[in-house]
Amino acid sequence: MNAPQNPNTYRSGPDENGRFGLFGGRFVAETLMPLVLSLEQAYEAAKVDPGFQAEMASYLKHYVGRPSPLYFAQRMTEHLGGAKIYFKRDELNHTGAHKVNNVLGQILLARRMGKKRIIAETGAGQHGVATATLCARFGLECIVYMGAVDVERQKPNVFRMKMLGAEVVPVQSGTKTLKDAMNEALRDWVTNVATTFYCIGTAAGPHPYPAMVRDFQSVIGKETREQMQEAEGRLPDSLIAAIGGGSNAIGLFHPFLDDPDVKMWGVEAAGHGISSGLHAASLTGGTPGVLHGNRTYLLMDEDGQIKDAHSISAGLDYPGIGPEHAWLHDSGRVSYISATDDEALEAFQLCSKLEGIIPALEPAHALAKVIQLAPKLPKDHLMVMNLCGRGDKDIPQVAEILGGM
Amino acid sequence: MTTTGSTRIQTRFAACATEGRAALVTFVTAGDPDLDTSSAILDALPAAGADIIELGVPFTDPMADGIPVQLAGQRALKAGQTLKKTLSLVEAFRAKDKDTPIVLMGYYNPIYVYGVERFLQDARTAGVDGLIVVDLPPEEDAELCLPALAAGLNFIRLATPTTDDKRLPKVLQNTSGFVYYVSVTGITGGAVGNYDAVGEAVARIKRHTDLPVAVGFGVKTAADAVAIARGADGVVVGSALVERVRLSLDSDGRATEKTVSAVTSLVAELAAGVRQVAKAAA
Repeated sequence: MNAPQNPNTYRSGPDENGRFGLFGGRFVAETLMPLVLSLEQAYEAAKVDPGFQAEMASYLKHYVGRPSPLYFAQRMTEHLGGAKIYFKRDELNHTGAHKVNNVLGQILLARRMGKKRIIAETGAGQHGVATATLCARFGLECIVYMGAVDVERQKPNVFRMKMLGAEVVPVQSGTKTLKDAMNEALRDWVTNVATTFYCIGTAAGPHPYPAMVRDFQSVIGKETREQMQEAEGRLPDSLIAAIGGGSNAIGLFHPFLDDPDVKMWGVEAAGHGISSGLHAASLTGGTPGVLHGNRTYLLMDEDGQIKDAHSISAGLDYPGIGPEHAWLHDSGRVSYISATDDEALEAFQLCSKLEGIIPALEPAHALAKVIQLAPKLPKDHLMVMNLCGRGDKDIPQVAEILGGM
Repeated sequence: MTTTGSTRIQTRFAACATEGRAALVTFVTAGDPDLDTSSAILDALPAAGADIIELGVPFTDPMADGIPVQLAGQRALKAGQTLKKTLSLVEAFRAKDKDTPIVLMGYYNPIYVYGVERFLQDARTAGVDGLIVVDLPPEEDAELCLPALAAGLNFIRLATPTTDDKRLPKVLQNTSGFVYYVSVTGITGGAVGNYDAVGEAVARIKRHTDLPVAVGFGVKTAADAVAIARGADGVVVGSALVERVRLSLDSDGRATEKTVSAVTSLVAELAAGVRQVAKAAA
């Protein structure tokens, strides 16, 4: 494997071929290539168009409800007795998670490109709900692909999407989870390429998606910089976020990548434990490969066949990770660690009881590591955790595990 | 003369052109429904009338394939198929048949994980003639296409209805062996689309290249083959053949005595179809 280039900046990627060092790229069928190239052009044009930026800013403020607060979690801090813990409250966004930041950007772009039919894949359903929401808002046709297994375990979100006017297609192929939903969305896209915009839910897929989704999510990190300046008069000492594909984490991290004193932790889902083989930790337990349009770390066997991921959290249940994280991992800029299902469940309960905030199971993985890291750090250490989603969607599942409550 | 290496594909297309007909290109999935049956199918294809064999390399996540080819890949993986076994399958076939070109078709990840250099060497040794890798567009030529050409293998590219005149030269630049025109925007096994439009598209591609143009995606019957053969140098059939495999299996999904003949009987019909259409020798 090539060593990643040793950059003067960590924020200049990807290169013109969509590469972050070895990772990223455009590994798609020829049918899609012309569209992927025209999407890149449209995005580059929108990025420098003040009209597009103003439109984004206006909807982020009035429709999504940004900026999300940077909240000092006082009781959690006292309980852990170490670092001063802040939550970036992206669970307060409209639709209940960070997903909407990205969907808003992509839907506004789809409108600029004249596409009236939107497709999306979803795992837990949060990206599907955000997509269905913005399609409703702008009167666009919306088709959401969701693994049949996930349709069964995330029923409230399925109903939510239908309420919003989206068509939810249960995917029966392969393992019937998120990766198969993505396969099916790609099959739809290749078939309806002339009319359709594929709204990808995480910072992965063929270039320009990883960079574009990161840019749309970077509002999280930009706000955090300003809010921490205001609250403490300086930058935070560390950032921590959960990682499935990695969009909430890259959104928080990216604006800080060139601040060498800011330490960063990405938390993957360790499922039943890395050694059990039943996990979703692509960086900790995977190797580089090519899937869904990009090269990145993947869970696979020695023949290159993709393995199933395992996590209590449907939103982290994916055998890959965004290519920029793969590069940040190899370059050592970000530390990637993992939390098991049980650790996440404990954190879920602790946060609910101490802070009166029921987190989604995804950020509960990050919180599980805050619980381990914070007590060892000094009291003037400022730690920001991205509370990227609320736990309403997880209540039925957690209730079942914990025995009815 | 026994043909070798990357010239087998050229030789075969030239021979078909001399006969004044299109070549029949048949796709089956390696290891479907099991290694032995798959080997028997492969061995029987040339006699049934297949001019060129595309051998599908199974992958867990075949993003560009419709349900028939997805299911074929799942059957093969369940039976334990690997890329290594697929190369052995080719090697065994090549020991018996020196002339029928074999093109491996699949996705990049199994090859990438095998190791590109090692794969090219082993594929060449096994008697593979060309590669079709669905998720490697010209933008990623440095990955496999250029090393494959250097190793003496053909790299066959897909051209699609979305490949316009501006893009076509880029797609054709490092293509060799033949051009595979995908007759519809979509996944394998869909509808064939409009035959006239297919003929026009082939003519358009031929204005940019001297390579033979084969047409596929959606060819199911001898009538389809006849219609496509009028305007193309080759007709590719895949989903219909792996569906024949599926329908021949017993209730536990195992091969039966009918499995091989289920495939070869359709190949024979299609071969008769392409032979009905007389074309001017190229």
